[in-house]
Amino acid sequence: MKMRSRLSQLYSSVLVNSIYPMKNHPIILLNTILGTIGVMAVVIFISHGALLDVALVGAFMMSIIFSGVGIQQDLAHLKIDLKWQDMVVSSPTSAVMYVIGMAISELAYSIPTFILLGALIAIFVHITLMVILTISAAIIVMFVMALSIGFLLSTVSSDIIQNFAFGGVLSVILSTISPIYYPITYIPLPFRYLAYLSPTTYAAEIAQNALGLIHLSSLNISLDWVITLAIASVALVIAIKKSQWREKD
Amino acid sequence: MEHYIIIAMVELKCSGLLKKYEGKRALGPLNLDLKLSGITSIIGRNGAGKTTFIRILATELMPTKGRVELDGIDVINNPSELRNKIAIVPQESRPIPWMTPIQIVSSYLMLRGVGLKEAKMKAVDALKTVGLDEKFFNKLSHKLSGGMKRELMLATVIASDAKIIFLDEPTTGLDPISRKEVWRVLNKLKKDRLIILTTHYLEEAESLSDYIILINKGKVISAGTLADLINSLKYPYSIRASAKRVGIRVRNGVVIKSEKGMQILTTEKSAKTIIEKLIKKRVEFSFGKVSLDDIFYTLVGKEYENEE
Repeated sequence: MKMRSRLSQLYSSVLVNSIYPMKNHPIILLNTILGTIGVMAVVIFISHGALLDVALVGAFMMSIIFSGVGIQQDLAHLKIDLKWQDMVVSSPTSAVMYVIGMAISELAYSIPTFILLGALIAIFVHITLMVILTISAAIIVMFVMALSIGFLLSTVSSDIIQNFAFGGVLSVILSTISPIYYPITYIPLPFRYLAYLSPTTYAAEIAQNALGLIHLSSLNISLDWVITLAIASVALVIAIKKSQWREKD
Repeated sequence: MEHYIIIAMVELKCSGLLKKYEGKRALGPLNLDLKLSGITSIIGRNGAGKTTFIRILATELMPTKGRVELDGIDVINNPSELRNKIAIVPQESRPIPWMTPIQIVSSYLMLRGVGLKEAKMKAVDALKTVGLDEKFFNKLSHKLSGGMKRELMLATVIASDAKIIFLDEPTTGLDPISRKEVWRVLNKLKKDRLIILTTHYLEEAESLSDYIILINKGKVISAGTLADLINSLKYPYSIRASAKRVGIRVRNGVVIKSEKGMQILTTEKSAKTIIEKLIKKRVEFSFGKVSLDDIFYTLVGKEYENEE
């Protein structure tokens, strides 16, 4: 298939899942911004501004993770409620093209948030190129992981209620229990271990260490990278192996 | 009535095609070798296996066992080649509510590799073809009526260059006028495409179909043109009388009694004898070849009666 046709296929998903909803219902723009900024604002106010930098970077990371997780709800809605995905399966668009298109659409959804947070980070956080690269790498790995889990769950969901439940559990694991808006040391010790159940915690530690907000040994940081990459790889492999683009049952 | 020369001829071959859900047989084993063109209707009761069959053909669902070829392409092992030629409107599908008709149709075309500008032009043409009022082209689709929503879904596949179009219950829930409107579009469409549809409406299958596949309990119990199906019956003629009792013994046929009167399914030869007797007895009646309703009842209904 020609490159132009492939680009059309990708662009179609971006139009369906982000550009048209934002164009036809502009309130969505406000919702995507408020979704991640709300918690950030609370953390900043409660800490009297002391956690401004970590909360800003945390909100940026969280908006990307939410973009990855969001694919699960959106894919399931298009598949179960509207049967749009059935029409896609029977079309020349492959599963990979569809998922990449949907992933881009999820990021496109969050562009207003990225612009706002990017501007705030540039103003309030002292950040070097090396730090940007480190945080970006951690974010990309987390996005791939969230995307893989989201796609897997959406393809195995048989009804929308089950899918909501999957979304709720995923949201708690990836966002609620991880110390992404504040350093992990703020969590009292017996509960701190709970935070390590969330893969996001390792990515948050990498970002916070790069910013100099916490100080971890090279061994700890290496371990964080290994765990983050391992979880993302496993999620990706399971998603590829187990997802049912063409239903089996 | 418009007439078209049908040019799309597609071969459908199934060999031992079987689909089981959790060990329970939903379809097959099917062994078919058919040459299809125009409109092919798959009819059967709820749960007969119509949707399962159409979803396997549309490469959405993997069968448990067997082989299936459509237009010379292996449906199971070579789905990507087939997907360039097919398009489906699934059962219970509905337009994306946050998009307008033009946005929906053009986005679907883009999934098939068409550029945005061309897709929008084709979308307008397709929406005009299905008869959607132009004032709704740029309205959000959730504001459309049920009939307009079905027309819109139909427009998505019409706009494509797919040679084979699958429609799973395209007129379910539509009022008679909207249904006729869909029929008009399908009749226009069949001149250069193969349309495979499922339906519960026998009147629809009878009036639209060039070929009929009758499925019951996962198995094809009859297939052919309406004339083929009629000729395959033991009793291809029907006499309907308004009286509930006519005092005639039917030796070669079946008598079906209902609230409105009675129906006798019989052979041509016996029909003549029965008609003579009805005239003598001055009983009002109508006579003709059996309808698809009668075929369906004869082949499917009796089996269920026997079970009760």
